[in-house]
Amino acid sequence: MRLDKKLLKQVADNARLKLTEKEMDEFLKELSEVLTAFSKLDEVDTKNIKPAFHPIELKNKLREDNVKKCLTQNQALSNSKNNHRGYFKGPRII
Amino acid sequence: MIIKDYIQDVNLGNIDVVDTIKNVLKDVKRINKEYNYFNVISEELALELAKKVKKGKLAGLPISIKDCVCVKDVESTAGSEILKGYKPVFNANVVQRIIDEGGIIIGKTSQDEFGFGSFSVNTKNVPLNPFDKTKSCGGSSGGAAGITQKIDLHLAIAESTGGSIVAPAAFCGVIGFCPTYGQVSRYGLIDYANSLDKIGVMGKDIEDVELLFNVIKGDDVHESTTDSKDFESGPLKIGIIKGWKVDSKIEKLFWDKIEELKQQGIKVEEVELPLNEKYALSTYYLIAMAESSTNLAKYCGLRYGQQEKLEDNFNEYFTKIRSKYFSKESKRRIMIGTFARMAGYRDAYYLKALKVRKMLIEEYKKAFKKYPVLACPTMPILPPKFSEIKKLTPLENYMMDQLTVGPNLAGLPHISLPLDKYTGIMFIANHFNENKLFEISKKW
Repeated sequence: MRLDKKLLKQVADNARLKLTEKEMDEFLKELSEVLTAFSKLDEVDTKNIKPAFHPIELKNKLREDNVKKCLTQNQALSNSKNNHRGYFKGPRII
Repeated sequence: MIIKDYIQDVNLGNIDVVDTIKNVLKDVKRINKEYNYFNVISEELALELAKKVKKGKLAGLPISIKDCVCVKDVESTAGSEILKGYKPVFNANVVQRIIDEGGIIIGKTSQDEFGFGSFSVNTKNVPLNPFDKTKSCGGSSGGAAGITQKIDLHLAIAESTGGSIVAPAAFCGVIGFCPTYGQVSRYGLIDYANSLDKIGVMGKDIEDVELLFNVIKGDDVHESTTDSKDFESGPLKIGIIKGWKVDSKIEKLFWDKIEELKQQGIKVEEVELPLNEKYALSTYYLIAMAESSTNLAKYCGLRYGQQEKLEDNFNEYFTKIRSKYFSKESKRRIMIGTFARMAGYRDAYYLKALKVRKMLIEEYKKAFKKYPVLACPTMPILPPKFSEIKKLTPLENYMMDQLTVGPNLAGLPHISLPLDKYTGIMFIANHFNENKLFEISKKW
């Protein structure tokens, strides 16, 4: 796997991370090593194999759609520092 | 029998629980100053629960909770700076079940950030090995294992994604038990990787571990993956997994123990799991990192945890918070996971790993047809010194999990029993066959 700084920057942007130059240099080396090792899976013939999203095959478990007690507005906001009139306040969008 | 006798006495009203809990908290604080096993000691909650102690299966018993499992009104950070200050407004299902049976929550144990690590060093509060403070407790449930070794009247709730219960249990000389995926509700768990996370138990006596497991397991309306089935029955026969390379001291202790089990009349044979031997590690890490990179997307300084003055646009704000408060290991895993899910690479990495996972599970299932229990050493090495861990590359770090990732990837129940104070033997059973693990553990 060839990883370069341009691709690394693209991945970081997607993940909403700003890496320092030092981090970029370190990650380029480390991630290349790790991804090369993981590429070992290429050897395995997985034709006609279905992916296992879970270790156990799960069936949908549904519950009755009843009204129940839930968090109050104050509880939901209790860990937030930026709120206004009972709403979460976020950074500007545009 | 210390714990069972104590619970019985509490239920009979023969014990002053407040007094007992005060003494336990005193010990815990003293130990914590030296060994860093707790991120928070929940003294107020513990005393409140002790004062109105209920009769029940865990009446009056001190129980620690790994930091990634939410306890109402007690700071729960999963060992991460980005969640500093977060106080959950509800109890995790396991915590509520414990409280309902009279258990006393004494605090949140230290761990690698979000469970990212094998040595509990990827966090600010690094737990130290109970037998040698220059060495690691193992990870990521390091604090849970350390305090379990140090205090007899106590059980721990731990959590495993790729070996985070059995690895520290082995390094600290205690029992670490991880159930089948879905047997214990994950509601209230600060997730690492949703298809891999399992909540389990640590203790010193197998009967106590089984007692706590029986309290925390079972269906939960908040959780779509909880499942329970009847156990299979049949004679015990152990398949020793071939192909591992471990420290020579561990190898000798392992085979000596197997010899003892043979003398008790248990049949033992060797079994090959070639796909798991070659591919479990890569498969595990690709899936775990892909899932963790999506889970960690929610940490952006908006509703809980670290928040700052709202400046810049949303992308710049989220990026600032995440870059400032995630540790290097979290960033590394987010980067690999995001890459493995990106357009153009998803099929080659993430989907490929999910397909190989299917094959690895089938390989295990085939082995279980002949051997109800599989065994191997828990960890390939003895607890390393912190100075040695610093020299490891990320890949070398990940390779430490080579023996534990297989059962975790396949969601199989597994247990580590101490071979000595620094190492353990791991038994693995088929899905929902926890009873086999308890049966063999009781022959210890």
